[in-house]
Amino acid sequence: MKKTNQSSSQMKVYLDNGATTKTAEEVVKEMNIYFQTKYGNASSLHSFGQEANEALENSRKIIAEKINALPEEIIFTSGGTESDNFAVKGIAYANKNKGNHIITSKFEHPAVLNMCKELEKEGFTVTYLNVSKEGIVDIDQLRAEIGKKQGKTILVTIMHANNEIGTIQPIKEIGEICKLNKIAFHTDAVQSFTKAKIDVQEMNIDLLSLSAHKLHGPKGVGALYIKKGTEIKKQAIGGHHEFNLRAGTENISGIVGFAKAASLVNDEEIKNMTGLRNYLIDNLLKIPNTQLNGSREKRLCNNVNIAFNFVEGESLLLYLNQNGIAVSTGSACSSKSLEPSHVLLSLGLKHEICHGSIRFSLSKYTTKKELDYTIKNVKAAVEKLRALSPLNEKVKYTAK
Amino acid sequence: MYSKEVMEHFTNPKNSGEMKNPDAVGQVGNPVCGDVMYIYLKIKDNKIKDISFKTFGCAAAIATSSMITEIAKNKTLDEGMKITRQDVANKLGGLPPNKMHCSNLAADALHNAIREYREKQNKLNKK
Repeated sequence: MKKTNQSSSQMKVYLDNGATTKTAEEVVKEMNIYFQTKYGNASSLHSFGQEANEALENSRKIIAEKINALPEEIIFTSGGTESDNFAVKGIAYANKNKGNHIITSKFEHPAVLNMCKELEKEGFTVTYLNVSKEGIVDIDQLRAEIGKKQGKTILVTIMHANNEIGTIQPIKEIGEICKLNKIAFHTDAVQSFTKAKIDVQEMNIDLLSLSAHKLHGPKGVGALYIKKGTEIKKQAIGGHHEFNLRAGTENISGIVGFAKAASLVNDEEIKNMTGLRNYLIDNLLKIPNTQLNGSREKRLCNNVNIAFNFVEGESLLLYLNQNGIAVSTGSACSSKSLEPSHVLLSLGLKHEICHGSIRFSLSKYTTKKELDYTIKNVKAAVEKLRALSPLNEKVKYTAK
Repeated sequence: MYSKEVMEHFTNPKNSGEMKNPDAVGQVGNPVCGDVMYIYLKIKDNKIKDISFKTFGCAAAIATSSMITEIAKNKTLDEGMKITRQDVANKLGGLPPNKMHCSNLAADALHNAIREYREKQNKLNKK
């Protein structure tokens, strides 16, 4: 049996940018100033504080412009999870006199899903919308559920682009429905920010979660856009930071890094990534018994999620890892819960398809050379694992 | 996460592949769970003369399948029935707690194979 850990020329290929990204050089350079040179607390009245405050407000403006919001509508947080938690809980609590029904989808990020589950324990009712096999949320079901609950719906929270399969949701349409019915609309744009168009005015979005480390910014910082006039219950209690909506000394270096990362993105990069993504999809699908999970067209520029029949995801991931390639998987064995990905299951995929799925997520640094190396190694690893596997298209599995 | 021994058996599994005309096949798991193991046996004079495996599963599943074929080869059927998941896990230098069930599957697959063989033998002897 050929050893797969002896490649002719080993490369290090990072294709797990959906998990996190390398912090850009320009970002690190910008952040450095705020550790030892401009290190003041933005709330202080002296010049050290003032210059920190200037950096804070400048960053706020940059992020706001990117989504067509007002600077005062941007609240900096510690990241996507805090933003999601704040949005869902904050809106729920602020509106519990008006109603107790929340609508979300089956394939949201755990930061939204588990918060909804917590709210269910407190007496809120939650509808988890179905997702089509293309990975698009059921809008008809959304309308029906709002109709059924007759004004008791206080929040709709549906992610802009799914983190596992990259499918982009009809956010504008959802925004219109919510505006019509006077329901607060939150969308988790952690994966889509700077990769897909976001215009909070045009799309009638009331709340939007963002995270820096998905776009070559630092970890530990994000933002929540809250439309002016939205009633929300403050969650982080303490000082009056962030327009008295989120207490805590501002992470100036992180925030500056976040703004810098956002300002670096350009259309050319997005176009390149899209081309490389398509190249990877086309070549991986040449391997027999494979399928793309989720819509091809309505998909983020950097996301590829493929099911490799008859092999298991963790094994495939580790063989690739031995050859310097980093990806992620939706298999049960790889998760702490031993359950396969809830996102893939929500598409109606069979368990065995979920177990054999791998997510490849590109970045602006990904090259064609890296993808060719990856394709070669995926082919070899799949071949090796299929030789070890008792499953194939001819075997009709009968459980004993 | 995984020991050196597990990674070795995972990267270079021993005794893998389907056997031609096995005397018994033990099967455990199912694709829904994400683990399927087949253990093939060739028996002579009540001993496991040859053994091989096919596995659909994670690194622990492949490694435990490979390891159990090494442990069981040339053992008597009685000895084979006494091999436990702990034996497999120990020889692999331990497994993460959430992966111990994989070693259970390997032992079960081997025991199923031996049981199947014995049942077949009983039927033959009764004729």
